[in-house]
Amino acid sequence: MNVVVVVCSALLVVGAGLAVVRAEKGPSMLDRTIALDIVVTTMLAGIALYAAVYRRADVVPILVVLSLVGFVGSVTIARFASVEPEGEGRVRTREEIAAEEAERRAAEESSRAEAEGAVTGDHHESPPVDADEHHGGGAAGEVR
Amino acid sequence: MTHGAWDTVADVVSMICLLGGAFLAFAAGVGVLRFPDLLSRMHAGTKPQVLGLVLVLVGLALRLRSGGAVWALVLVVVFQMLTAPVAAHMVGRAGFRTGKVRSDLLVVDELTRDLDARDAADGGNGGTDARPGNGSGTDGGSSAGNGRGADDGTGTVRT
Repeated sequence: MNVVVVVCSALLVVGAGLAVVRAEKGPSMLDRTIALDIVVTTMLAGIALYAAVYRRADVVPILVVLSLVGFVGSVTIARFASVEPEGEGRVRTREEIAAEEAERRAAEESSRAEAEGAVTGDHHESPPVDADEHHGGGAAGEVR
Repeated sequence: MTHGAWDTVADVVSMICLLGGAFLAFAAGVGVLRFPDLLSRMHAGTKPQVLGLVLVLVGLALRLRSGGAVWALVLVVVFQMLTAPVAAHMVGRAGFRTGKVRSDLLVVDELTRDLDARDAADGGNGGTDARPGNGSGTDGGSSAGNGRGADDGTGTVRT
């Protein structure tokens, strides 16, 4: 009995650990979704193992809730999965994030300066109106 | 057999079921780490989602042996059987449309064949499908996330 419990928990922990490794490496968002689905399922199995060992019938509602919540997460991510540009499918380092942030901020600054120049000058060019924005258009990166 | 003997039998069977479920979870971890592309990883990941979960919950039910809890476990299995295909369908669809499916690993690819047939029937005006294996899809990889409202900057795949 004790041996079986130890073996079961070791298998579950190793399985979840391998899935977490894939979630870190995963080249795309969807690979990570699948890996985290496996982590959730392994958690379900772990809670069921705990309930079986100690005969705890009161943790069974946790199993019901977990099985529903895991579904919502993966469907949501799959709905909004987008085409990822080359090289974005990995966790970036701190320096890369800082560089991107600085670049984005510089672009914002320059566009704002341009807009101010247009405002102080004559109004020969109206600012671009985003039609989608006012009609509640689709979310960015949505898969239809 | 006496009552105690049946209890022992139920405990042993429940332990075997728990071992089987835990082994399937382990196999899913190995598979999802080692398989080469999205669809084969999905294949590995679905093992503990249905069969493994059923085994673990049968083991739990044999160990609890009380009416109400067992019905809740049946509910868990029914939910999982209803939701796992939906989630797998959504993930597979998004993967196909965003070019995450490696067509060289497929034995049968009926969807691409049907899409090609449709395009041929249309006269080739529906050229915006993201086919598996073309990597970047249709939009040239402009920066996703800040292209609000700009149709070619959102990374959206339209079919």
